[in-house]
Amino acid sequence: MVETKEPTTTDAASTNRSDANWAKPVDRLSAAGVTGAKDDAVTGKRVSGPLQGFGQLWQKTFSVRLEGVDTTPEAVIATWKAHFADFWPKSQRFYAPLSGIQPGEVGLLEIQPLPGAPVKLSTGVLVLYADDESFTFMTPEGHTLSAWITFSARRDGDVVLAQAQALERPSDPFDEIAYKLGGNRQNNRFWEATLRNLAIMVGVPLPVVDVQVTCIDSSRQWRYWRNIRNSATVRSARRTMTAPIRRITRRG
Amino acid sequence: MSATVIELDQAGPASILRISGDITSGSEADLSAAYGRAVANGASAIILDFSRLEYMNSGGIGLLVTLLVRAQRSGGRLVATGLSDHYRQIFELTRLDEAIQIVDDEDAAVLAATA
Repeated sequence: MVETKEPTTTDAASTNRSDANWAKPVDRLSAAGVTGAKDDAVTGKRVSGPLQGFGQLWQKTFSVRLEGVDTTPEAVIATWKAHFADFWPKSQRFYAPLSGIQPGEVGLLEIQPLPGAPVKLSTGVLVLYADDESFTFMTPEGHTLSAWITFSARRDGDVVLAQAQALERPSDPFDEIAYKLGGNRQNNRFWEATLRNLAIMVGVPLPVVDVQVTCIDSSRQWRYWRNIRNSATVRSARRTMTAPIRRITRRG
Repeated sequence: MSATVIELDQAGPASILRISGDITSGSEADLSAAYGRAVANGASAIILDFSRLEYMNSGGIGLLVTLLVRAQRSGGRLVATGLSDHYRQIFELTRLDEAIQIVDDEDAAVLAATA
């Protein structure tokens, strides 16, 4: 049966090797206990990664070299975890889990799906993985993107390099259209700004963020068009439009 | 810290990638090269043998997704075998098990890959 044997090797970079770095298996998410945002767009949902999305699959890598800063990858990731929400652009909100960014915890988000959109989208993320040099979020059903995003730091020669790498597909046909109409560009600007804010906080006066975007799979997964039934965008739009009626009903 | 070692075996129309050590984002070049050699050998299915896997982080799982997409685009398929209970759970948690068939042993993997 064995015909060829051609070993190749790679030096592993990670020094953090514990099973506890991974989230425990969970069928449905619960965001109960996270304060500041509505959790009903997340609680009861399953996670949805890049394999379960509808649109084209993109890999995006945002990186910044922390030039002139005496730090370590572990220190950068500790800062990133502790101040994650502070690095976000002001129009978007992240509500961290009470116990911080730990495997299995759920954070809530309020984001603007498109520039100038009148609707704020309520959704969240599962902390899929976290160690001393990286952490990874996975999106729930209904999020505009079916994605994983990994935040990491590593040494690159004498300099520490901080990086955010996303593997993402728009979740449903509407999300794919919104992505093409500006959601993609807004998403890129968002993570560029986040990396820039992180670099400034750790002491880089004029950080330069490198962006690499690759379409991994240009086809669309039509079998997932029904993801639209979980859409947090539709849910948030409905909530916004019916808010006046709810207010009147409560008064009456 | 443990190096990644990938050995390539052939089982009829399927290639077996025997993975030892750690799979992290740093394994990308070697995993991609091993996959490329398997495809160049004419493999229509790839069996990923994780029985000697020591550790995999989220970067490693991401590599498997890109490998899976490459396989699907070329009409091939991926089958996984030798996963510990922990990594089976990770495949289920990340819903990778919906796209990569998981089987208990190599014979079952060859059968699944050539079915």
